[in-house]
Amino acid sequence: MDERELKGLIGKVRNGKLSRRGFISRMAAVGLAAPLATQLLAIGGAAQAQPKSGYKPTKRGGGGALKVLWWQGPTLLNPHFATGTKDQDGSRVFYEPLAGWDPDGTMIPVLAAEVPTRENGGLAADGKSVTWKLKQGVKWHDGKPFTADDVVFNWEYARDPATAAVSSGAYKDIKVEKIDQFTVKVMFDVAKAFWAEAFVGVAGMIIPKHLFENFAGAKSREAPTNLSPVGTGPYLFKEFKPGDLLTGVINPNYHMPNKPYFDSFELKGGGDAVSAARAVLQTGEYDFAWNMQVEDEVLLRLEKGGKGRVHINESGSMEHIQLNTTDPWTEVDGERASIKTVHPSLSDPAVRDALALLVDRDSVEKYIYGRTGVAANNYLHNPSRFRSKNTTREFNIDKAIALLDKAGWKPGADGIREKAGKKLKYVFQTSINQPRQKTQAIIKQACQKAGIEIEIKSVTASVFFSSDVANPDTYPHFYCDLQMYTTGPTLPDPGVWMQSYLSREVAQKENKWQGRNITRWRNKEWDDLYFKAEAELDPVKRVAMHIQLNDMVVNNRVVIPVIARSGVSAMNLKLVANPSGWDSNFWDLQDWFKDA
Amino acid sequence: MSTDFLLRRIMIAIPSLLGISVVLFTVLALAPGDPFGELVTNPNVPAEVRLALRAKFGLDDPVHLRYIRWLWAMLQGDWGFSFVSRVNVDTLILQRLPTTISVIGASQLLAILIAVPVGVLAAAKPYSMFDQIANTFAFIGFSLPTFFTGLLLILVFSVNLNWLPIVYSTEIAGHGMAYVWNAVRQAIMPVAVLGLFQGASLVRYVRSSVLEVIKLDFVTTARSKGIGERKVLVLHVVRNALIPVVTLVALQMPIVFGGAIVTEQIFRVPGIGSLLISAMLANDTPVIMGVTFVFSCLVVFFNLLADVLYGWLDPRIALR
Repeated sequence: MDERELKGLIGKVRNGKLSRRGFISRMAAVGLAAPLATQLLAIGGAAQAQPKSGYKPTKRGGGGALKVLWWQGPTLLNPHFATGTKDQDGSRVFYEPLAGWDPDGTMIPVLAAEVPTRENGGLAADGKSVTWKLKQGVKWHDGKPFTADDVVFNWEYARDPATAAVSSGAYKDIKVEKIDQFTVKVMFDVAKAFWAEAFVGVAGMIIPKHLFENFAGAKSREAPTNLSPVGTGPYLFKEFKPGDLLTGVINPNYHMPNKPYFDSFELKGGGDAVSAARAVLQTGEYDFAWNMQVEDEVLLRLEKGGKGRVHINESGSMEHIQLNTTDPWTEVDGERASIKTVHPSLSDPAVRDALALLVDRDSVEKYIYGRTGVAANNYLHNPSRFRSKNTTREFNIDKAIALLDKAGWKPGADGIREKAGKKLKYVFQTSINQPRQKTQAIIKQACQKAGIEIEIKSVTASVFFSSDVANPDTYPHFYCDLQMYTTGPTLPDPGVWMQSYLSREVAQKENKWQGRNITRWRNKEWDDLYFKAEAELDPVKRVAMHIQLNDMVVNNRVVIPVIARSGVSAMNLKLVANPSGWDSNFWDLQDWFKDA
Repeated sequence: MSTDFLLRRIMIAIPSLLGISVVLFTVLALAPGDPFGELVTNPNVPAEVRLALRAKFGLDDPVHLRYIRWLWAMLQGDWGFSFVSRVNVDTLILQRLPTTISVIGASQLLAILIAVPVGVLAAAKPYSMFDQIANTFAFIGFSLPTFFTGLLLILVFSVNLNWLPIVYSTEIAGHGMAYVWNAVRQAIMPVAVLGLFQGASLVRYVRSSVLEVIKLDFVTTARSKGIGERKVLVLHVVRNALIPVVTLVALQMPIVFGGAIVTEQIFRVPGIGSLLISAMLANDTPVIMGVTFVFSCLVVFFNLLADVLYGWLDPRIALR
C-alpha cells in the first residue's frame, strides 16, 4: 500500500465513508498493528476518537488516600521553574496544561475544549497559527474562573528572560493573542509542523494570572504561590516540604465529572530507587513509585512479594553509541575533536560497519535491561509511528572480521588490527552506571575477538552530563573515540531532538560545546531533508521524511543504537494508572483509581 | 568559670567557623557539576536557557567574588536561596531541623539509658560473665556501621516480619493514641540504629571510668563505713565517674550528626542530613553551605558545652 492509497483511505474515514474499525482491519491486512493504524488516523486528521476510558468509579472521591513515592522528591512547584521530571510531576498534581500526551503520543485535551485540527479550524492551512478553544466553566482552586487571560499571561511570564523560566524554550519564539474570553491564538513566524509545544504537556502547565502577575520577571522568586500552588487540577494543595513531602486533598469542584477517585494525595520524596520499589512491590506501603532505575532481576524478585507489579511504558529514551567523526587525539586551535580533523580510522565505513556488527544488542537486552529495554535498530525508535522498518541489526563477529580483512585492516604482532600505521584502538567512554559498565564489557569482549582494542573509560555522571566548559570529560566535548549514553525526544515529536545531526549544531569550542550535534557528523543532504521535514505540514509525509533521516544516520553508522529504554514504574496491584513517556507521570492523575 | 572564659572561647570559634566556610566553598567550587545538569540532557530546553540561569544565579563569577558575596549576605543574616527549589535556605533548614533534633535526641537518650546501667554493672563486677557479654556486644555495636545495621533492621523488621514501616513519613495517619503509636513505630528503627551505635561506644567509656573511680581511696572509705554496696555505687562511684562521660557525650554529638546523615537517607527521615545529601547530588551550593554551616556551629557549640559542663561538674578544674 503506498502513501496515496493510504491517504485515500484516511480521507474516507474522515468523510465517514469508511468506519474506523474498517480502516484498522484493512491496515491489519497489510500488516499494520492496530495502535499504529489508529495513530495514522489521528495524525492524518481524521476525527479524534476519544480514547476508550477505562475509568470505572461512578462518583467523585471515596477512594481513600493515594500514596506515591518519588525517590527524588520535587523541590519546587512552579512548572515554569521545573528543572527535572520530579518538579514537573509535583507541579502537575495541581496545574494542568491545555492538553496532554497519552502513552501512544496522542494528544488528549485537558483545559482545552477540543484538540485543534484542520477540520475544526484550529490549525491554519499555512501552518503558522493554532487556535485553541478553552474549556468553559473551569475554576482555579480559589474559585476564580480560568480564562484566555491566564493562557496569554503564561506566555508573557515564561518568555521574559528576567523570569529565568526553564520552559522559555517553548514560548520565546511564538506570539499569543486572546481572541475572546475562551479562545487564544498561538502564532509562529514560520510554518510549524509540530505546533504543540506551548501550552501542552510538561512545558504547558498553566499558572493563574491573578496570583502571579505581580511576580513576573525579576521578582519571580518571591511569589508566595511558588510553594503553595493554586491550580485547576484534581487535588487542592495542602502541604509542601521541598524534597520531602507533598500533600493534597480532593478538589470537590474539579472540571471533569466523577473525578478524581482518591480523597487525598501524598507524595513522599527521598531515599533510593531499590527501597522505593520495595515499599510498593514487597511491603505495599505505597501505591506507586516512579522511575525504577533498578535492574530487572531485582524488580522480578521484589514482585514476588505479591503486593505490586512493574509497569512498563514506551519512551523516547535511546541508549546509543556515538562514533566520533573527528580526531579526538589531535589538538587544532585549542580544541580536540575539531571539525577541521577527520578520525584516522573511524572515518573508514568498513570499520564503522564492523563495530555495528560487534555490538550484541540482543544480549544486552536479555542479560542487562530485561523488561526495561528493547534492543533497537533505529535511533528514532519512538513514538512507534516514526520507527523505521528498513533497518536491521546483526551480531556477527566473523562477518566483522571478514569486513575488516577486506578493507585492509590486518592484525599486527599484538593481535590488534592496523593499516598504514594506524591501529584500531579506541577509548570508549560512558557515565558510571552499572548497566552501562556491563554493556561496555560485552562490547569490549566482542571487539577483542575481532582484533579491535577497546579501552573502557567511565566518568562520574555529574561530570559527564554537566555543561562545564572547562572539563574535557563531559559528553558534549566527546574527547574520545566512542561514547554511550541515553537521550531521547521527551515530546512525541522528534523535530527538535533530530537536530543532533544538523551541521550547524556541531558542539565545538566556538559555541562552548552547547551545540546538539555531538558526533560532529555533517551531511548536506541530511540537513536539506531535515529542513524540508520541519516545514512539511502533511503529518504522514513528515513521518516518512523522519524515517528517512533516521535511516541515513543509522546506515552511515553515525551512531549505533543499542537499547530503547522504557519508562518503568512500580504500582500497587489494584491501582489503575497509565504513565506516559511523552508527558508527566501525572498526566492522567485525575483518572487514577483502584480496581476492586 | 568566668564570663571571660566564655567570651574568649566564642572569639576563638569565629575564626574557625570562617576557616571552615572558606574551605567548604573552595572545595564546592572546585568540584565538577552544575545545579542545572539535568537540563543539559533535555533536548527541549535550549542551551541559552541554562546559560541564562547560570548567569542569573552568579555561577559564572570567580570563586572569591562568590564567596565574599555569600559571606557578606550571611553576616547580614541572609542565607541565600536554593538554586534548585528557589526557596530560602534558612526556611529549608528550619523545616527539617526539628526532625533531625528529635531523632538524634531520642537516640542519644536511648544510648545513655543503655550505656550507663550496663557500663556501671559491668564495672562493678569486672571480668564476670555479664561484663564479658556486655563487652562483646559493645564491640559488635560500634564496629558495625550505621548504614549496615540500618539495612539489616529493614530486612528483618519490615521485609521479613512486616512489623515496622520502611519509610519515615512526616505526614502521619490517625489521631490521638493512634497518631502517637504511628509516630513511635516509624521512629523505632532509625532511633535504634543511631542509639545502639552510640550506646555501644559509651558503654566502654562508662565502664572504664567507673573502674577507675571504684579503686580510689574514698570508695574504700565509704565501704568501710558500712554503707551498702548499692549506695556506694550510686552515690559515690557513679557520681564521680560520670563527670568525664558527660563531657564525652557532648563531644560525641558531632559524630552522631554525621551518623544521622546516613541513617536519614536510608530511612527517608526528612532531616537536614538528607537535605544535605540531596543538595550535594544537585550541586546546590547555597544549601550545602547552609547545612554544613549549621553542622559546624553545632560542633563548635558542643565543644564549648563540654568544656563548660566539665568545669561546672568538677570544680577542681579551673577554667581560665
